[in-house]
Amino acid sequence: MANAIETRGLDVGYGGRQAAVKVLSGLDLNVEAGSFLSILGPSGCGKSTLLRVVADLLDPLGGTISVLGDTPHAVRSRRDVGFVFQDSTLLPWRTVRDNVRLPLGVGQVSLTRSIEDRSDELLELMGLAGFGERLPHQLSGGQRQRVAIARALLGQPKLLLMDEPFGALDEITRDRLNDELLTLWRRTGTTILFVTHSIAEAAYLGERVIVLAANPGRLAKDIDMRPFKQDGNRCSREDPAIVAAMAELRTALERAS
Amino acid sequence: MRPAPLSPQAAIALPVLGAASILLTWQFLLPVLGVPAYIVPTPTAIFGVFQRNFALLVDNLRPTLIEALAGFVIGNLAAVLLAVLFVHNRILQAAYFPIVLFFNTIPILALSPIIILIFGLGMTPKIVIAAVICFFPTLVNMIRGLDSASDNEHELFRVLSATRWEIFRSLRLPRALPMLFSSLRIASATAVIGAIVGEWIGSDKGLGALIIQASFNYQSDRLYAAIVLSSGLSIALFSAVVLIERRLVKY
Repeated sequence: MANAIETRGLDVGYGGRQAAVKVLSGLDLNVEAGSFLSILGPSGCGKSTLLRVVADLLDPLGGTISVLGDTPHAVRSRRDVGFVFQDSTLLPWRTVRDNVRLPLGVGQVSLTRSIEDRSDELLELMGLAGFGERLPHQLSGGQRQRVAIARALLGQPKLLLMDEPFGALDEITRDRLNDELLTLWRRTGTTILFVTHSIAEAAYLGERVIVLAANPGRLAKDIDMRPFKQDGNRCSREDPAIVAAMAELRTALERAS
Repeated sequence: MRPAPLSPQAAIALPVLGAASILLTWQFLLPVLGVPAYIVPTPTAIFGVFQRNFALLVDNLRPTLIEALAGFVIGNLAAVLLAVLFVHNRILQAAYFPIVLFFNTIPILALSPIIILIFGLGMTPKIVIAAVICFFPTLVNMIRGLDSASDNEHELFRVLSATRWEIFRSLRLPRALPMLFSSLRIASATAVIGAIVGEWIGSDKGLGALIIQASFNYQSDRLYAAIVLSSGLSIALFSAVVLIERRLVKY
């Protein structure tokens, strides 16, 4: 299968080319189109930075990156990438429906394809039918993240970048949203890059899990989870094979920290 | 433990009762203490001025109202436009914002004679003083408000390839509205102060002129009536701002 993302010797840092503090150094990474990749790592290892380079929010200092066979800028301009932040980043003055429809109101100038208003369909898909006229502060944390995911999916992106989207939620809500996300992924076939601090979440969601080490950020471990799972990336959280993979990830994470 | 909140009826009745108790004490205590009416008139004497000299009061209210309102609109509009320019051009902001802040440290009473020297004795200098007094708090609050969107919010708009205008219209401006309205509420009172200060220095019309004339003539009841009226003007402006805010800021 073709790669959705390819990086070769990717260097990313802050402070300009000369006096740069390197966050990612010489990263070589291939991500298969349509796959679910979990990214684990200690704070400061460049997990979020990697997502920002893919989304064209940050320019790399060196190396090459190809996203969907194109430059990150071209992919962003086509609206082929969706981003979900840790805080839902809903605009508090807009209703839930209007938040989901935000991509219809902005960025149309540079957009080379038209986007349909699928807000009602997406709200229903995310279990939020009937919540369209509410304001964000009237929703729970889990509901707000569902709205943020619906907004990211409105333009039917080929690539969904999720930066610790469920990090601030309680465990029960997080587990439920994990299942909903997997269902959504199976239905849409979108490539997902999912950054998390939770080993259990990374192992449960990812077809593949990579662990990044810090100072500077580099690939420390790369585990293919498919042999431990059934078709469609299905597994049980208590499955001994998954638990064993989690132990392996924990060891890698401890070494990387 | 925090006390239980008041019932809606009590929340209205208690301030009314509080004001009534002060007015009653004022009305009946002054004669007992032997305070002469030319120093502090009783509430009924002040009310009497509204009956006897209604036309005079309205005649003087009109110019103050126009000056305060025009100053409010011009001062705040100029502040909003300059704030928009500053947040979109950091070089201009770095060069001129400190000068604007320095200008703000000059007391309005010191500035007013200069403004009157420049603009003469008509309504214009009063409008300018009211505008200047409204300008600075709104400028500072508006800059802070326009810059108050989070990094994630800016990144969200960047991912959506939003234009500068779209970011302004759909993110910066709605984010700035609560801060803009808190300064507009303050400006609703200061615009009236500006107009009155202008009238003190050079005018024979308006509530400010009436206050000066009444105090020179020991017409304390008229002086107090003018004070009540200028306070009423501020309250009316403040209420209008709050009404508009409730329609526009829904979060």
